[in-house]
Amino acid sequence: MSEADLKKTPLHALHVGLGAKMVPFAGYDMPVQYPAGVKTEHLHTRDKAGLFDVSHMGQVRLTGDDVAAKLEALVPGNLKALKPGAMRYTLFTNEAGGILDDLIVTNAGDSLFVVVNAACKDQDIAHMTDNLDCDIEVLDDRALLALQGPSAESVLEAIAPGVAAMSFMRMGSFDILGAECFVTRSGYTGEDGYEISMPAAKAVEIAETLLDHEDVAPIGLGARDSLRLEAGLCLYGHDLGPDTTPVEAALEWAIGKRRREEGGFPGANVILKQLAEGAPRRRVGIRPDGRAPARDGTEIVNADGNRLGEITSGGFGPSIEGPVAMGYVSTAASETGTPVDVVVRGKAMPAKVAALPFVPANYKRG
Amino acid sequence: MSTTYYSEEHEWITVDGDIGTVGITDYAQEQLGDVVFVDISKVGEDVAKGDDVGVVESVKAASDIYSPVSGTITEANPALDDAPETVNAEAQGGGWMFKITLSDTGELDGLMDADGYKTFAESL
Repeated sequence: MSEADLKKTPLHALHVGLGAKMVPFAGYDMPVQYPAGVKTEHLHTRDKAGLFDVSHMGQVRLTGDDVAAKLEALVPGNLKALKPGAMRYTLFTNEAGGILDDLIVTNAGDSLFVVVNAACKDQDIAHMTDNLDCDIEVLDDRALLALQGPSAESVLEAIAPGVAAMSFMRMGSFDILGAECFVTRSGYTGEDGYEISMPAAKAVEIAETLLDHEDVAPIGLGARDSLRLEAGLCLYGHDLGPDTTPVEAALEWAIGKRRREEGGFPGANVILKQLAEGAPRRRVGIRPDGRAPARDGTEIVNADGNRLGEITSGGFGPSIEGPVAMGYVSTAASETGTPVDVVVRGKAMPAKVAALPFVPANYKRG
Repeated sequence: MSTTYYSEEHEWITVDGDIGTVGITDYAQEQLGDVVFVDISKVGEDVAKGDDVGVVESVKAASDIYSPVSGTITEANPALDDAPETVNAEAQGGGWMFKITLSDTGELDGLMDADGYKTFAESL
């Protein structure tokens, strides 16, 4: 794709003005880092607050009678139990039990508010359009910002009174600088924080107001990736895909209790069987013993050199001050502490299966 | 008397007699971002000009390190084992990566001087 074909978020000019290095990502020209650099941005988010432009993600509103029950036909989450203002992480599955995308569904009262990955959004919208008998409104006139980190609460409370009282995975409507915003206490860094859906026309003003706070720095996709990796969170297309089931991905917690009994989602026969009997492989954390990062695609082997699986996300964790990774291994080798080797540039390097997350989550539970 | 030369792969080499000290340029470290790991895998080996001799990993990606000249690699910078970030702080000093005994000092004629490299980097 040539540069001219790349889409731009409402904050594109702001990123360029802040000195961001822009790269193509999921069809958008996005900031991978600002002059501070990935490591500094990562640590700043864990220490104070980072502002992320996630406007490339898909925001969709579903409206209609029994819309939660209808969407349950495509995902294994218990959506009917979602009370107004509550939200849940779930998965679009396929008939083989694989994952088509991961998404967040919020009960917005009169509708469901759905956020899907940028790279999958066209496919997800088509999937919902083909399979759901309800109104599907793509909110492409809205921007999405994430404010993440321990200072996020006090920073946002100053311009959106009331957000401090929200608890993790809850949504509310707030007037921010005169614009109607949907605020959720959520994110993808392992830190406390918010995602704010706002009219595109107000995005620059709200972003600049947040950035004016001394605790807030702009954060690019590079640090977004290292933060979510340390937090043990999956990246679709790397850690999840159409050939990975929720059980293999260690995402059983996203399958509702009632849904386990009733089924009724794509691939339920495969997924429920794996829930009962276990899956042949499992997503785990991997900590190399040395300093060399083991990146996506690195083979994981046992002491005899036999293949156990491969790394699906890996790099350097600035908060851990060492290499961290996630990958899939045979279930027999998936116990925390299991010694394995990762084959980096042809050399077997010692590593261990590690518990996820690598850094404790800092969410504000209700 | 030592002289410093530069390669199009963004390495510098400071030569004193037939001993060269090699690192990456300040431009290169800026492009890489925070360096987290350096591994010179060919210590003790004979290499040809342009051979890859190791790797530098930043928070973003892994990049090969090439030898700007032919010779025998005699030493990797031990300071980088525990402090790879020295490459960012002092790319063209304390962040040097390896030493090499040159087999053909004539190869240096094919490299750039500081002004030539500056012009080259600015053209990228």
